[in-house]
Amino acid sequence: MTVLEGVAAPPPKTEVRPRAVSGRDWWLRRIPLLPALIYVVVVTQIPFVVTLWYSFQSYFWDVPGGAHFNGISNYKTVFTNAAFRGSLLRSVFMTAIAVIVAMILGIALAVLLDRKFLGRSIVRTMIITPFLVMPAAAALVWASPMLDPNFGLANYLLAPFGVNHVAWLSTYPLASVIVVMIWQWTPFMTLIVIAGLQSQPPDTLEAAKVDGAGAWATFRELTIPHLRPYIELGILLGSIYLVNAFDAVRLMTNGGPGTATTNLPFYLYQQVNYAYDVGGAAATGVVTVILTIIVATFALRMFARVFQFEEAAK
Amino acid sequence: MTALPIRAGRRPGQLRELTGRVGWGIVAWVVAIAFFLPVLWMVITAFKPESAAETWPPKFVFSPTLAEFRLVFSGMGPYLTHSVIATVGSTILVLLLGIPAAYALSVHPIKRWRDGLFFFISTKMLPIVAAIGPLYVIALHAHLLDTIWLLIILYTAMNLPLAIWMIRSFMLEVPSELLEAARLDGAGRIREIASVILPIVTPGLVSTALICVIFAWNELFLAINLTVTNAATMPMFLISSVPQEGLYLAHLSAAATVASVPVILVGWIAQRSLVRGLAMGAIK
Repeated sequence: MTVLEGVAAPPPKTEVRPRAVSGRDWWLRRIPLLPALIYVVVVTQIPFVVTLWYSFQSYFWDVPGGAHFNGISNYKTVFTNAAFRGSLLRSVFMTAIAVIVAMILGIALAVLLDRKFLGRSIVRTMIITPFLVMPAAAALVWASPMLDPNFGLANYLLAPFGVNHVAWLSTYPLASVIVVMIWQWTPFMTLIVIAGLQSQPPDTLEAAKVDGAGAWATFRELTIPHLRPYIELGILLGSIYLVNAFDAVRLMTNGGPGTATTNLPFYLYQQVNYAYDVGGAAATGVVTVILTIIVATFALRMFARVFQFEEAAK
Repeated sequence: MTALPIRAGRRPGQLRELTGRVGWGIVAWVVAIAFFLPVLWMVITAFKPESAAETWPPKFVFSPTLAEFRLVFSGMGPYLTHSVIATVGSTILVLLLGIPAAYALSVHPIKRWRDGLFFFISTKMLPIVAAIGPLYVIALHAHLLDTIWLLIILYTAMNLPLAIWMIRSFMLEVPSELLEAARLDGAGRIREIASVILPIVTPGLVSTALICVIFAWNELFLAINLTVTNAATMPMFLISSVPQEGLYLAHLSAAATVASVPVILVGWIAQRSLVRGLAMGAIK
């Protein structure tokens, strides 16, 4: 490339745009993008195309003979299946509650960490640690050493409040799983909101103070609007990861008791690993993807707003 | 918390500020300890002998032992190797693919850079779990099932969109005068990347790599579905360390501690860069 550049005449600046140069420029701009683009298309899109294909096939691993076409019967099963609907609703519920609570806590913690006090960096380090803990480790540690009905630390600490050897995972399975999700994702939200707070121009806050605005009014009228793109981003990223939450469900409750904590990822995992139903899982997956695309369309609009913000800020 | 009237006299104001500081400090410490407690409890339990881990009330004083750690280390070798290879391999691949792509979306952007960026982000929104059955079949036919290559390939695809997005935001920070100067010196695109852009965005690349490392190291769903022994990673080692019966809390805690510590330490050391990375990735 550099050799070529040495031979070619220096490209004229923007005034004149001969065809050849702009064509070369067209490629120069695109070539760096291509490897990543091709990679992502191949690795992330092909599996979905294959999923689409298998969703019209009857394919059980434990049945000899391989896959054969069976029309839309997999889809009929998906739509008449209460287990799918249940897991879908549970996924939405778990994600929504976890993301919203984590974001509210994250804002509160970020505001707290934005103040000066003794040992602030230690406090920040402690607060972000749950995000760094391996989710599988977090799930197992919460399931046993923390929430064990007989030996768990939670029951011991809550004993003064009248809690007596509660079997959290069988009595409040959904709540327990959601608490662990919130515990892991609050630090992530905190990090994003801290970044937002740090980017807030101090002079506007100073000006508000001089004008006699109260702390709450300043927070509501200045800080929250400033944080908005950061909050939207946190909600978006949190949702992307939490809607796929698998570790906590698999390792804390194994989807149970019954199907009390079976979310969509765990339901699909069961369909593939226990029912050997590749076709059924594929149809479930296709329906999931379509629903996701509908939700994501709204999410992308949110992104577009974030970008508008960026351009307005320039 | 409540609106503080600014007009109050100077001295009471200062006093209030001081008590406010102490008050908020106490609140912050209490919250931090609450958040940190499960991690602390994991580490404490890991040093207990098994008989001291299952007691009521829980024991806070005991004679610490490394017995469980020894047990954990003895079986961990292959899992650790797989995890390191998958994490490092995929992170390097993410950077190799992500840096040029981010460049094409920021410094000399293609006309439809917005669509390009949205495409990458949108692939993150397709739940990979939906394709897990077919993914298994594809891997089987490609002879990639239960290989470390499969994890490297998938973890790269998993982290690439976020990475492109973050690296792009760091590249936008490169002053355009520098790029202009390099161009006047006759620098081609490759020299522009190597000698102008990369030195400036290196801290950003570090925080990007860090995020990729965290997600790759901690990944369980793909590993559990697509690997058995030849490529089983640390999260799977962790699961295998939970026996069906008997006392296991101390052993489990030791395994969980060992599996989590690398990422926790890296995250602690690089937390400033973590904040920066997420922030810049956020808005720019």
